[in-house]
Amino acid sequence: MKILVGYKRAVDSNVRIQVKPDGSGVVTDGVKLSANPFDDIALEEALRLREKGVASEVVVATIAPADAQPHLRNGLAMGANRAIHVVSDSPVQPLTAARVLQKLIEKEQPDIVLLGKQAIDDDANQTGQILATLWGRPQATFASKLDVADGKATVVREVDAGLETLEVDLPAVITTDLRLNEPRFIKLPDIMKAKSKPLETIPMADLGAEPADFLTTGKYEAPAKRSRGVMVNDAAELVAALKAKGLL
Amino acid sequence: MSNVLIVAEHLNGQLNVPATAKTVSAARALSPQKIDVIVLADAPDAIAAAAAKIDGVNEVLSVANPANAHPIAQVLAPQIAQVAAGYSHVFGPSTTFGKDLMPCVAALLGVAQVSDVMAVDGPHSFKRPIYAGNAIIEVTAPADQTVVATVRVASWPAAGEGGNASVRAVNVDVALPTHTRFVGLAAGKSDRPDLQSAARVVSGGRGVGSEENFRIIYDFADKLGAAVGASRAAVDAGYVPNELQVGQTGKIIAPELYVAVGISGAIQHLTGIKDAGTIVAINKDGDAPIFEIADIGLVGDLFTILPELEKALG
Repeated sequence: MKILVGYKRAVDSNVRIQVKPDGSGVVTDGVKLSANPFDDIALEEALRLREKGVASEVVVATIAPADAQPHLRNGLAMGANRAIHVVSDSPVQPLTAARVLQKLIEKEQPDIVLLGKQAIDDDANQTGQILATLWGRPQATFASKLDVADGKATVVREVDAGLETLEVDLPAVITTDLRLNEPRFIKLPDIMKAKSKPLETIPMADLGAEPADFLTTGKYEAPAKRSRGVMVNDAAELVAALKAKGLL
Repeated sequence: MSNVLIVAEHLNGQLNVPATAKTVSAARALSPQKIDVIVLADAPDAIAAAAAKIDGVNEVLSVANPANAHPIAQVLAPQIAQVAAGYSHVFGPSTTFGKDLMPCVAALLGVAQVSDVMAVDGPHSFKRPIYAGNAIIEVTAPADQTVVATVRVASWPAAGEGGNASVRAVNVDVALPTHTRFVGLAAGKSDRPDLQSAARVVSGGRGVGSEENFRIIYDFADKLGAAVGASRAAVDAGYVPNELQVGQTGKIIAPELYVAVGISGAIQHLTGIKDAGTIVAINKDGDAPIFEIADIGLVGDLFTILPELEKALG
């Protein structure tokens, strides 16, 4: 069984995002980039399935500029067997990303495609669902537990009402939620080993996926700020303050 | 002119009224010619009747099919895509239901989805948050394509319930996949208000310390008639189930009163509450980031303060 993992590079989750004063974007110069946390979880889950003997090969793929090779080497160091770098100079929107991944599916014929439920930069939460639709295969989004057996996956999903369980036929697209697993740390010897693992580079245009970046982005704004309010000294003062605001 | 189709969310035969009514509000901001609601269910009548009461809805389309008993995105999407012909916009709530489903509808229509609409600037222009709400962008969709969008429900008031729309049964003739099967739903049973729509919410964080200690949060919430929420740290630690998580990847809420207890205020959590009316923070660490945005702050031990507050509330 082969697993294809979407592995996006994004601004690190600990970076405090600042909107540029001219509203043309957010400050990214010199900002730390890391794997999208949900994609780390996706890769970890794929590796665990391989370690359990369910999967035999884990392939990580990204769509990113040429400088993203160290990012993919991290995925290889974490344990992926090989990597595919679809080179695109500019960021792609979810529909384009899904079309590119669909081309990779045609090429790789994976049994499971594991993606993060969303990337923490654009927070779109779409690519997995679009991909499943284009592929005509099942989707199980927001996974917090995954069992694979007999050509099927049983997936526990974090939904607003609680935990939903779906059974899907493979191949399928599964997107990860936070509590699926805790990704492993990369060990130094594995970083060395990763240098010799196969990393294939494909210019995005060569895949023949039709670009679909239909949304144009206008001005960026900082969100309305909430300012620091008042401090009270005890429970009685807090109750009085809430009453003064008409909240009690 | 815009014609909007809204996908109704429901569970156990009941319409999710707040999510649907808030999505209707976002649709009304387009000043559309009409707003129709589509209900896909195994037995849609009662759900459709509830949707017909929402102000601003012109017609409710009900699609009865045993395959629609549970919200399986790949089953619902082809039905919606077929009905979507003739509409300029298809909206759904930005709940887990809508997030799961609407991109599939967009894919079938060959368009991009606009996620988490927080403001409508024009028929094809919308504001949405990115980077956990640390930046707001305006996006414009092509005027010659259907706009498929999820609506960030916390940004919109619920439309009223004085409407009297007609209900029409619709037959949708489209092949539905059988590759996905519903196994079960483990839902937290609670008599408390719904977290996503409650006027008051009390949330606990890592500072609460354990599942047993969370009793103090539930008790205080009950005293206030509030829903209970939690930070990611509290959910990850197993104090409370996942559906209570408030924040970037959990629920985005906008109650009139939000009380954060033992929550330090990671940026991802603050994303989930920045539309709240009044934020109260109770934390023993006076330097906790939550105090930077709290309207009323109280530094102290929650295990002392909450019983005192309960007493003071009588």
